[in-house]
Amino acid sequence: MSATEGAAAERHRVPEPGEPQRHRRAVSAEDTLLTVRGLEVYFPIKSGVVFDRVVGWVKAVDGVDLDVPRGSTVGLVGESGCGKTTLGRSVLRLVEPTGGTVTFDGIDVGSLAGEDLRRIRRRMQMIFQDPMASLDPRQSVESVLTEPRRAHGIERGEATTVAQLLDLVGLPASAASRYPHEFSGGQRQRIGIARAIALEPEMIIADEPVSALDVSIQAQVVNLLEELQDRLGLTYVVIAHDLAVVRHIADVVAVMYLGGIVEQAPSDALYSTPYHPYTKALMSAVPIPDPVIEDTRERILLSGDLPSPANPPPGCRFHTRCPYRQPTRCDDERPVLREIVTGHTVACHWAEQIHSGEITPRPSAVVGAVIDAAPPATVPIAGDPTITTLGPPPGI
Amino acid sequence: MSVTEPAADHLLDVRGLSVAFTRKGRRDVRAVDGVSFTVDAGQTMGLVGESGSGKSVTSLAVMGLLPKRGVRVGGEVHFDGDDLLTLPPERMRDIRGRDIAMVFQDPMSSLNPVVPIGIQVTEVLHRHQDLRGDAARTAATESLARVGIPDPTRRLKEYPHQLSGGMRQRALIAMALACRPRLLIADEPTTALDVTIQAQILELLKELVRDSGAALVMITHDLGVIAGLCDTVHVMYGGRVVESAGRRELFAEPRHPYTGGLLASVPRLDAPRGAPLHPIPGSPTDLLPWSEGCAFAPRCPNRVEPCTESPPALESAGGRELRCYNPLVAAEEVPA
Repeated sequence: MSATEGAAAERHRVPEPGEPQRHRRAVSAEDTLLTVRGLEVYFPIKSGVVFDRVVGWVKAVDGVDLDVPRGSTVGLVGESGCGKTTLGRSVLRLVEPTGGTVTFDGIDVGSLAGEDLRRIRRRMQMIFQDPMASLDPRQSVESVLTEPRRAHGIERGEATTVAQLLDLVGLPASAASRYPHEFSGGQRQRIGIARAIALEPEMIIADEPVSALDVSIQAQVVNLLEELQDRLGLTYVVIAHDLAVVRHIADVVAVMYLGGIVEQAPSDALYSTPYHPYTKALMSAVPIPDPVIEDTRERILLSGDLPSPANPPPGCRFHTRCPYRQPTRCDDERPVLREIVTGHTVACHWAEQIHSGEITPRPSAVVGAVIDAAPPATVPIAGDPTITTLGPPPGI
Repeated sequence: MSVTEPAADHLLDVRGLSVAFTRKGRRDVRAVDGVSFTVDAGQTMGLVGESGSGKSVTSLAVMGLLPKRGVRVGGEVHFDGDDLLTLPPERMRDIRGRDIAMVFQDPMSSLNPVVPIGIQVTEVLHRHQDLRGDAARTAATESLARVGIPDPTRRLKEYPHQLSGGMRQRALIAMALACRPRLLIADEPTTALDVTIQAQILELLKELVRDSGAALVMITHDLGVIAGLCDTVHVMYGGRVVESAGRRELFAEPRHPYTGGLLASVPRLDAPRGAPLHPIPGSPTDLLPWSEGCAFAPRCPNRVEPCTESPPALESAGGRELRCYNPLVAAEEVPA
């Protein structure tokens, strides 16, 4: 115990002035804290009155590889239903993965049970999206912040710890005796963050940490997360649908579509030269608060909606909506993630040709053109991409 | 307040609109406090603000959808020569849905979950255009097709839960547009949607305004949405308009510290990475009552003495209206 505490104290130590500051953007590839290989989370679709027959599977996460270097921030972006939340939860085993491995600091999380699992969860914590729903309304802030420490048997000098935690997240010490409803949304999210760092974790999975907050508050919380990372040496996995927020906070960004990662690259590379058509479309869809840019920029409009993960299209998952789709290969063969530039992986058969301009998008998909909402006639209706009739979408 | 002539040339002319929620034995809550704006046919007007700024209550007041009890509405809402606030309820019901329609934020909670889409769309046509049977069904199919719903005939028979979020929002827009209204009020129509779907819906709204010549009032907290869509923008804070301008002027040169603060606090995809965010301190609930000064004063970096003494008035200068004692930059000093 004392060894771990010593290590924790070292991590939480505020650097002395003058000592070389750890640059959090500089990340060595060797020191990987979290490794995910071939992770699969399938939810059964059950049917029948007497016999609970399994009639299908919702493939929420379908073969994901992810490396999270220590001290860095990995962003997961994608639309609702793409499996990003399920991926985050299955890393902590809040959802049981059905396949693949999760290795945290050399320990296979999937093989742990009971006390061992509890102990490793202390080292990876979660921040939830809705700060109102994730705090017990009848629990005082002090109780919220001491309970995890008590549960993990690391009680010591509680009054000072609570005050320190509150100070770390920018709340007054007087907040300890108050209840969640007395705080605004942004302050509640700060309490949620304080609870996550109460156990002195090494990694925090933040699931949509700012999307429930007002615009002017989002920046406060983003800045707080970055500041805490610098002070405590935390590793983050940030799950969000807001591409601008993820770009701001993450070192490496993985774009998910329908249970799989379609593109992964260092933040700068991904945003300056996206290779995958989905990433291109996603980025062009983000409104920029500047009318001059909005009026002139080219925008790729995707047709239709996300197909049902219970019945994903064959071949490339994205081919039903892809404006660059090429006959047969996209429909038949599922592309694997391959490295195009060092550190930049893409799951697209035609990434180079699209990048060089050899393959151009369908003219109807580029902005200014008529909205193309109907699926193209040639696309086989794979369980009709626009309806989700089977089971609730994952991540809700 | 604004001293405009009672002109009939504006489609919608809101003057000094105030909404107060009254509570027994407690002080009234003034959710909207003297808001004035006009909207012309074919124009898109944006109302921006954070939660509690009064933007949604403004739209509900215009639609006459606020409860009668516990609410005090003041001011005038002229639509096509009528003051909607004094109109008898029967007349208002004729206008609502036919001439003015509204699209709400959450398509799941604004559609009836136990009634097929078709019946919900035809209900509007039945009420306002007296269409029944096949004629109503044909019109409903047309309106679904117009908003880009594939296979509309089949969709008419389906229930809201069978549609995706984007499709539901399209169905809601189809309902709103079924009677070809002259004014469409959209209250955060894309907030619950994913970005790619949001892009589809925004493109659809743009197209509908262009084709039908209807006016659109867009209520949102997302400055990016405003930037791509609206002709004029009104920024609301604490129930009052603090700045109004054409969208290009507003974004190129925000004058109110709140507008400037909002723009500086959102991470932008086109900004160099690593550029720090400058959040507005405090939260939107830290309001100073307008009677005591500027509501934004507690959070304002440009606060000066008079801000906490008396409320600044909304003054027009150089094509924009501004409610501030110490604005960010003077328009005259900046070359155009």
